[in-house]
Amino acid sequence: MHVIALSFGVIGLQHYLLLAALLFVCGLLTILTKRNAIGILIGVELILNAANVNLVAFNRFAHPGGPGGAMQLDGQVFAIFVIVLAAAEAAVALAIFLNFYNNFSSVDVERAQNLRG
Amino acid sequence: MHFPLAQIDGSDAAGTVTAVLFYLFALMTGGSALLVVVSRNIVRMSVALLFTLTGVAGLYFLLNAEFLAAVQIVVYAGGTLILIVFGVMLTSKSPFSRFEPKLGEVVTAVSLAAIVLFALVLGVLKTSFTGAAGNGDGGDGAGGLVAEEGGYPVDRLGQVLLGDYLVPFEVVSVLLLAVMIGAAYLAKGRRHEGEGAGEATMSRQAREWS
Repeated sequence: MHVIALSFGVIGLQHYLLLAALLFVCGLLTILTKRNAIGILIGVELILNAANVNLVAFNRFAHPGGPGGAMQLDGQVFAIFVIVLAAAEAAVALAIFLNFYNNFSSVDVERAQNLRG
Repeated sequence: MHFPLAQIDGSDAAGTVTAVLFYLFALMTGGSALLVVVSRNIVRMSVALLFTLTGVAGLYFLLNAEFLAAVQIVVYAGGTLILIVFGVMLTSKSPFSRFEPKLGEVVTAVSLAAIVLFALVLGVLKTSFTGAAGNGDGGDGAGGLVAEEGGYPVDRLGQVLLGDYLVPFEVVSVLLLAVMIGAAYLAKGRRHEGEGAGEATMSRQAREWS
């Protein structure tokens, strides 16, 4: 199996996958290098967006719909659920950060070392 | 070499417009994602995240997922991002606080991310996605117009969401209720330490910002 050449004029599935890979790596780098807890949360949001782009792109190119069968929208439904869960996760995470800030007067994750609070 | 998945947009003019729009949104998304990584300022990170989310919404439009693009803008850019900005305002001593990571951490993270990116790009480029080739590229240039053939997408999406995915839909609604109660309980803070913790935070911030 050899490396497939990308075409620049026609946008295919692999263009979206490459962009999602870039988004994922940016999120990973953000999580690994930031010490601010909210920065880590932003990195998680980037990774979830990369997953969403993958889901929607596969849904578009693998089930494009046609004259015969009904349109398949499983990827878009998954993406909607991911968006809802991301919003819920952000709300709980920010509540935890607020509590942490009340205790430590900082959101530096280096200081979150014990479970006593 | 024939790539069925890369030739869904048949006509040349529509394909060119799609390509230009894709590169525009891809530049917006990727560039601001890189800005999120390199920025040391949490407020600038939030603003860059706004552009990343908007660019992803544009990509959803290109992928014929209009409802998802609207949801992305309303829920992500309008809800989650505002929540993050509020978190930034409530938890930083000054709105422009910064934490510098150690050099060793940065080297480790960058090398790990480079390995992951290399593996992902190689995996994408070496895989031929031909197994699931759809029947949309009939050569008449109408392959990109899913809406004309399979019903209006939002209509179909609503039917799927309340049909096949009814149980996850209800479970998610219960989860949202639990999250709402849990977040309110967690953010309330401890009341037995004299005055309310939230008021203490507010007054402390008011002191430090002035």
